[in-house]
Amino acid sequence: MIYRETGQFKTSYASDQAIFPIAQDRIFVLLAVAAAFVVPPLMASQYWLQAVLIPLLVYALAALGLNLLTGYAGQVSLGTGGFMAVGAYSAFKLSMAFPQVNVILVFLMSGVVTALVGLVFGIPSLRIKGFYLAVATLAAQFFLIWLFNKVPWFVNYSSSGTITAPTRTLFGVTVSGPQATAGARYLVAIGLVTIFALVAKNLVRGRVGRSWMAIRDRDIAAEIIGVRPMRTKLLAFAISSFYCGVAGAELVFLYLGSAETLAFDINLSFLVLFMVIIGGLGSVLGSFLGAAFIVLVPIFLTNVPHLIGLPLPVALQKQIELMVFGALIIFFLIVEPNGLARLWQVTKEKLRLWPFPH
Amino acid sequence: MVDLLRAVFVAPFADMAGNPTFLVEVLIGGIAAGLMYSLVALGFVLIFKASSVFNFAQGVMVLFAALTLVGLMEKGAPVPVALVLTVIVMIALAFAIERVVLRPLVNQEHIILFMATIGLNFFLEGFGEMAWGANVKKLDVGIPDTSFLVRGVQINRLELTAALTAAALVTVLAIFFQRTKIGRALRAVADDHEAALSVGIPLKTIWVVVWSVAGIVAIVAGVMWGAKSGVQFSLSLIALKALPVLILGGFTSVPGAIVGGLIIGVGEKLGEVYWGPLVGGAIENWFAYVLALAFLLIRPQGLFGEKIIERV
Repeated sequence: MIYRETGQFKTSYASDQAIFPIAQDRIFVLLAVAAAFVVPPLMASQYWLQAVLIPLLVYALAALGLNLLTGYAGQVSLGTGGFMAVGAYSAFKLSMAFPQVNVILVFLMSGVVTALVGLVFGIPSLRIKGFYLAVATLAAQFFLIWLFNKVPWFVNYSSSGTITAPTRTLFGVTVSGPQATAGARYLVAIGLVTIFALVAKNLVRGRVGRSWMAIRDRDIAAEIIGVRPMRTKLLAFAISSFYCGVAGAELVFLYLGSAETLAFDINLSFLVLFMVIIGGLGSVLGSFLGAAFIVLVPIFLTNVPHLIGLPLPVALQKQIELMVFGALIIFFLIVEPNGLARLWQVTKEKLRLWPFPH
Repeated sequence: MVDLLRAVFVAPFADMAGNPTFLVEVLIGGIAAGLMYSLVALGFVLIFKASSVFNFAQGVMVLFAALTLVGLMEKGAPVPVALVLTVIVMIALAFAIERVVLRPLVNQEHIILFMATIGLNFFLEGFGEMAWGANVKKLDVGIPDTSFLVRGVQINRLELTAALTAAALVTVLAIFFQRTKIGRALRAVADDHEAALSVGIPLKTIWVVVWSVAGIVAIVAGVMWGAKSGVQFSLSLIALKALPVLILGGFTSVPGAIVGGLIIGVGEKLGEVYWGPLVGGAIENWFAYVLALAFLLIRPQGLFGEKIIERV
């Protein structure tokens, strides 16, 4: 009833090809994005902005990048943490070497650097696939982290071995460094993620995305109809790494403030892969839902014992958290292997018919 | 430039030739480490062969088995009783996994099952620590961690025992797979699920058996690793060490797991000792992966993996 497209006619190719062909969808998404821009900086507390929403957006961007590679192009990668580290370290080096350059440009440039690194580590995908490839990408993860640990040039020879986000301004507002307010950081993060999500959505609807999906579904068939596997796979690796690199740079500049390689270890790779799978492989919306799930569930689990007045020792609580988290993952995979995005789609289908049964 | 080439291609070999005793010690250390990797890799291969599930939780199963064993021994159970009880626990675990995780997910894509085992990984980690405590425990199985000399070469008793155990385990598994009725059923399932099902092999039973066997292999690996470095969380990370072994040997080959383990173990030790200092050391973490990766470019299906004939 509330979700009817009756009377909405598509009279031009443009309206037929629109991202959101249904008016309700369009209005809802626009409202949601507008709310995301306006409400949190005004309403949310410092804690929520800094510790929940900003990491959520940064992870969502990384998940988006991995989703392009794994969900659309079908190449499983466990090197996300390594690629994010490349983004973070190159953003640090670039902003130190060129202090006058706009911080957004620094992010983009570090994304380009990461894309080049991703290209190199994508080469094995031309020969191997599936789990073999997943394990092969672990080589990227371990090698890159080792490299950043070993070569002091990457941290500008600082004795602590950490990289620290310098103070940078955007339109006269400080957006990184210790003086930046959580609100300003949040706005930068959501601005970037909105633009990149739009770009990703358009990429996957177009020629590039279709060739990725063709390779994913059946590589031999794809090659026969004229999709070049090498170019397509490498392009997927490059673009995915670009996204991950920007996310890595944001992770340090907007969220952590300072970091060492430990922040980018193998656990981060798994975390992002989780977001993609829980959210939904091959779905832009899924990347956001997955990131929200992975960021919010631990917070929820930490606070539940407090809320129901059940005091637990910290160690025990940590262990229960792990168990519940693991069980939830299995539960979600059993209930909906196609992820949260699919659940959302099913809900929409139901709403179209509601309140009539057919 | 010449110096660099010399340091990479000449000096290490000169070192090796100059001190053969040390080289032999390095090689033995590598073989011992490699066998330990093989033990973990074996668990992966068994499960992958029979159910094409890439079981990421194998590392945590090793940890869980070791934790259970140590916990039971701390409660005062003698070693044989504790071992039997641990075996029972692992078999019960196999039943539970089949019922709760595998059965509802049957016919799903591989990556979904893989993610489910990562969920299992989290669950077992939390469960094991909750049941048995999270602190580092010493596992004493009665083998001293000391060395003896054979013609001037140091050999560690514990590593020797581990090597012999691994060899015995592989022999037993080989006999089990080749000579028993259930072993034949396992091989049939590994070949083709549907065909096996249609000739009346109960798939569910086979899965329970395979996961139980993998659990028992995990116990052996857990005892060996635990005796060497204490039972602690880092034990579950050896799963990551077993992955290059797997790609080197092929996901579906038992001998591949053994040979791959040996190659990785020896290659890693040689690389660390002779080439490591060139780049500042600590290359053990990624060297195995790069080795395996370089190898994959030449033989994408691993040493003994099934050849996939496909031209892309």
